[in-house]
Amino acid sequence: MADTVLERLEKHLAPAVTSIADSLGMPVVTLPAAALAGVVRTLRDELGFDLFLDVTAVDWQGQPERFELVYHFYSTRDYARVRLKTRVTEADPTIDSLTPLYGCAGYMERECHDMYGIVFRGNADLRPILLYEGFIGHPLRKDYAKEQEQPLVPYRK
Amino acid sequence: MAGPTIPIHPAQKSGAFEYLTTKKDELVGWARKFSLFPYPFVTACCAMEFMAVSSSPYDTDRFGAALPRFSPRQADLLMVVGTVTHKQAPILLKVYEQMCEPKWVMAFGVCATSGGFYRNYAAVQGIDRIIPVDVYVPGCPPRPEMVIDGIMQLQDKIARSQHLIVTDKF
Amino acid sequence: MAPLDSKPSIPNPVTPAFTTTPRDDTVIVNIGPSHPATHGTVQIIAELSGERVLRTDVHCGYLHRGFEKECEAHTWHNLIPYVDRLNYVSAFINDFAYCDAVEKLMGIEITPRCRYLRTLLSEYSRLVDHITCIAAGLMELGAMTAFLYLVMVRDYMYEHIADLTGARLTYTYGRIGGLARDLPDGWLGRLAEILDKYEEFVGRVHGLMDRNRIFIDRMRDVGTISTADALSYGYTGPILRSTGCPRDLRKDTPYLAYSELDFVVPVGIRGDNYDRYYVRMVEMDESVHMMRQLMEMLPDGPISVVDHRCVFPEKHLVYTEIESLINHFKLVMDGPQVPAGDAYSAHESPNGELGFYVVSTGAGTPYKVHVRAPSFVHMGGVHKMLDGYQLADIVPTFGSVNMIGGECDR
Repeated sequence: MADTVLERLEKHLAPAVTSIADSLGMPVVTLPAAALAGVVRTLRDELGFDLFLDVTAVDWQGQPERFELVYHFYSTRDYARVRLKTRVTEADPTIDSLTPLYGCAGYMERECHDMYGIVFRGNADLRPILLYEGFIGHPLRKDYAKEQEQPLVPYRK
Repeated sequence: MAGPTIPIHPAQKSGAFEYLTTKKDELVGWARKFSLFPYPFVTACCAMEFMAVSSSPYDTDRFGAALPRFSPRQADLLMVVGTVTHKQAPILLKVYEQMCEPKWVMAFGVCATSGGFYRNYAAVQGIDRIIPVDVYVPGCPPRPEMVIDGIMQLQDKIARSQHLIVTDKF
Repeated sequence: MAPLDSKPSIPNPVTPAFTTTPRDDTVIVNIGPSHPATHGTVQIIAELSGERVLRTDVHCGYLHRGFEKECEAHTWHNLIPYVDRLNYVSAFINDFAYCDAVEKLMGIEITPRCRYLRTLLSEYSRLVDHITCIAAGLMELGAMTAFLYLVMVRDYMYEHIADLTGARLTYTYGRIGGLARDLPDGWLGRLAEILDKYEEFVGRVHGLMDRNRIFIDRMRDVGTISTADALSYGYTGPILRSTGCPRDLRKDTPYLAYSELDFVVPVGIRGDNYDRYYVRMVEMDESVHMMRQLMEMLPDGPISVVDHRCVFPEKHLVYTEIESLINHFKLVMDGPQVPAGDAYSAHESPNGELGFYVVSTGAGTPYKVHVRAPSFVHMGGVHKMLDGYQLADIVPTFGSVNMIGGECDR
């Protein structure tokens, strides 16, 4: 089943993406950030990936394109999975939002913005969701110290 | 280490007043310790053990501490159950300040006691950084028997303490 | 006395999406985050017209404990207690899903006994989670008796699991490459007794609830969501199944020993609160059926694979041989050296698809551990189930979504 999924991915997506490979049984599509919205629309409409599972980022500190965004999709029709990977730079961590395509993208992109500072163009609501108003910084970046607390309420004694 | 010492004055009280206040404290302490109205400020995994300790077979009703009061105005025991994060800390302080005297605080679980094993930007390292605590019940989560032990120790503390109800001397 | 419009002395940690109403006759009410019926710490800011909810703004994140940041500072083994406390009502499933992701990355195949035992314990956790969800949901509707029955049988299960793992709630029982220890004597016999007791108690709850006029009136056609909306908002698990879509990872992409078990996937008809309650009740019975089959099928053999990269050597070897001593030391101090790469492994948790995405750079500590938490994703779509219904319906609807704070906020 994974072979035919790979073949179908190659047939539909080949010109827009950088590479399509298999990683431990899951097809992984690497693509440039600008191509994201179009590729995801093809995935949803033509390839049947109707469940948007997850978006997260990996902070490769020191590399020129610092943040690697990782998307996971699932197809309830073919029981198949696919992973999308793309990169954004630290100077301009902006990428298209998937909120027009999937409703669940709203909360997941808010979390990614909270934790890494990725700005999702098109997501009207990027308020802090796991962190609070007044929190400065993005904790999951590698340069944020783990124990650096920002208390809202002054401590006693 | 030689410095001015604090002078000790013998108590200028009559025996009858002392007897009256002690008996009053015992009576009020007995009444207060057997009618605790907990406010379960429930956040995380310890909530499951709180549910277990309030229902059979470990029953807090035996101690008079069964009926939760979800309004801070009507509660006197604030049980902070689970991790308090920095985002939740203002809410904890607000709830504590809305409770009327007399009030006691129980830190239920090791996350409320000292932050647990979450030593990072998000968790408050113990709620006693924000509000004063009377009883600490460690455990992750604590066994129901430990919670009952904590309630009994709190009851001893209430029984032993002074209850100033009319003036600041009586 | 401070003037009424001065800045409050205690800061507000969130900004609501709406603070003023477009109409004169509606009111904005804040529900939570310290509230008896929000199952933990969730804040719902609702605009009400009388008792009818017009729109809601759901704020989670009050239990964000920095799980991912903690994971980057611990070895692959040492972070298993953190993983436990994600969905703390069904802690086994978190352990095994995480260990599965790391085992995938290391290329380890677990032993047959471990596979069946993990399946058995996953179903046990599913039972405990559904019992807790239904008990809490029913208590909020006022059915205190059903709550006490279910919590009684849940207590038997907690004590029974404490015989096996040492803890009642958060077990830390899964290990990379196997499990912590084998079953004690008599454990399976006691399990059979508990399952019989469970059937007796749940029979009583069925009798009290299923055809109860009040219960039906409160739960039928309340909190409805359609399959298309559910898929768009990323719902999986019992909520998706209650809308009529029979998707279940245990049947669709079987893992562990599920391909060898005989069970059905219950599906609802209308996607409302009653369907979610009933889907969970039938799933509990299916879990008991699966556990009875697994008790017969459990093979003998070792619990953990023999792989020195991640499994601790036997204690008597550690004390006598130098290689085992060094192996043990390295595993404790540096952690298992997981090959570089990334892996995603998803299990069917009682709330839906629980996925772990782990990234390794070849060291003993992970570079990143990310949890695809079903509760968090569901929070994004819960406004669809709350808008348009009554204020009093928020409580049972929220209870039927089974938002677990540890998993939602991580």
